[in-house]
Amino acid sequence: MIEISLTVNGEPVSASVLPRTHLVDFLREELGLTGAHLGCEHGVCGACTVRLDGEIVRGCLVLAVQADGGSVETIEGMSDTGEIADLQQAFIDRNALQCGFCTPGMLIAAQDLLRHGGVPSREDIREHLSGNYCRCTGYHAIVDAVETTAKQREAAQ
Amino acid sequence: MKAPAFEYLRPTSVTEAIALLGQHPEAKLIAGGQSLLASLNLRLSQPSHLIDIGRLPELRGIAVKNGVLRIGALTRHAETMAAPEIATHAPLLKAAIHHVAHAAIRTRGTIGGSLANADPAAELPACILALDATLIIAGPHGERREAAADFFTGLFGTTLAPDEILAAIEVPLAAANAVHGFQELTRRSGDYAIVGLAAQGLRGANGLSALRLAWFSIGSKATLTPHAAAALLGPAPSLERAAAALAEELEPHDDLQANVATRLTLARVLLRRVAGPLLTPSGIAA
Repeated sequence: MIEISLTVNGEPVSASVLPRTHLVDFLREELGLTGAHLGCEHGVCGACTVRLDGEIVRGCLVLAVQADGGSVETIEGMSDTGEIADLQQAFIDRNALQCGFCTPGMLIAAQDLLRHGGVPSREDIREHLSGNYCRCTGYHAIVDAVETTAKQREAAQ
Repeated sequence: MKAPAFEYLRPTSVTEAIALLGQHPEAKLIAGGQSLLASLNLRLSQPSHLIDIGRLPELRGIAVKNGVLRIGALTRHAETMAAPEIATHAPLLKAAIHHVAHAAIRTRGTIGGSLANADPAAELPACILALDATLIIAGPHGERREAAADFFTGLFGTTLAPDEILAAIEVPLAAANAVHGFQELTRRSGDYAIVGLAAQGLRGANGLSALRLAWFSIGSKATLTPHAAAALLGPAPSLERAAAALAEELEPHDDLQANVATRLTLARVLLRRVAGPLLTPSGIAA
């Protein structure tokens, strides 16, 4: 077991982990933060997307020991701070989720694009979300929701 | 699936990392881990130890010095995408890098990791072949240098010894009359390419010179096709002759995405799309 200390959603966390434990298992099993989902567990589906030191990462392709000293943000933290409240409402308004399995990863990946400001083209939105699989919506409603949020944020400035 | 059990070591210098590699012959280096963790989770790899070099400052940094662009092995794809030095001096890398996986993988994956992994479907090995880059390799007896053209030996194979670490690559600065092209064919953005081509050369009054065509996702490793490139040089270039030469120089493989004949056909499509615009200043295919 290896001792690690990190920040998760703004709170300091110390734990003892097996080297082979990846970040999502650590978040889900040790911390009870079940918003990051495990789909494929080899970096293809994007359901495990979280932020590490401000950048989006595949939680299944980062070991918990590699996050030692880092700052992790999950969908729980981003929901609590209200950072993506408008994006979440747009997902609801546009029916941009059905089963919801991909939604936390989709929201975090979309916010990664939106935080750069401006209104990205629909093509750019699709490109940025191309690493996040949704098996329900056909993506169109998700692109709608992200585009709507970008326009709202632009108008609010 | 879950990765098999392994021990985890985090050396604080390249020298210490090399010593650890010597002590643990079944160990593997981990940098960004974006290919390695997937292969561990799929249990395609079972190292005794992971030696984490991901925080070693010696392997970081992008610098222009003595007429070369030095890119530290730990440079992440997102950094390659954003670095002004790379956009200016190695625009081919800039053109290629957004084809590498997805945003959430480019924040972790490193150039050194991609090159050392030597996946035949990866973009960056072909890019450094086209750029005629040199690899800087650290080992127990100091550093050695190797031309990109000599580095890749086959499927996931390189000349790296078990106790060596890829430290950096050096790329000659792009000349004022340098031209480049990069394209790949994929089913979906971010997927591994079915076939891909990276090209760089010089364009003057007498046409192209020093053209390098580097292919990926066709055969067991990134491959240069000098005869096809030669057919495009000088005042009388011929895409037809270049396309014909590909049959002799490429060794396409069969897989679920495409068979041998399809790959060769698609390679010829890419040749026209990438090399065609390099032939004329207006960017229109000859």
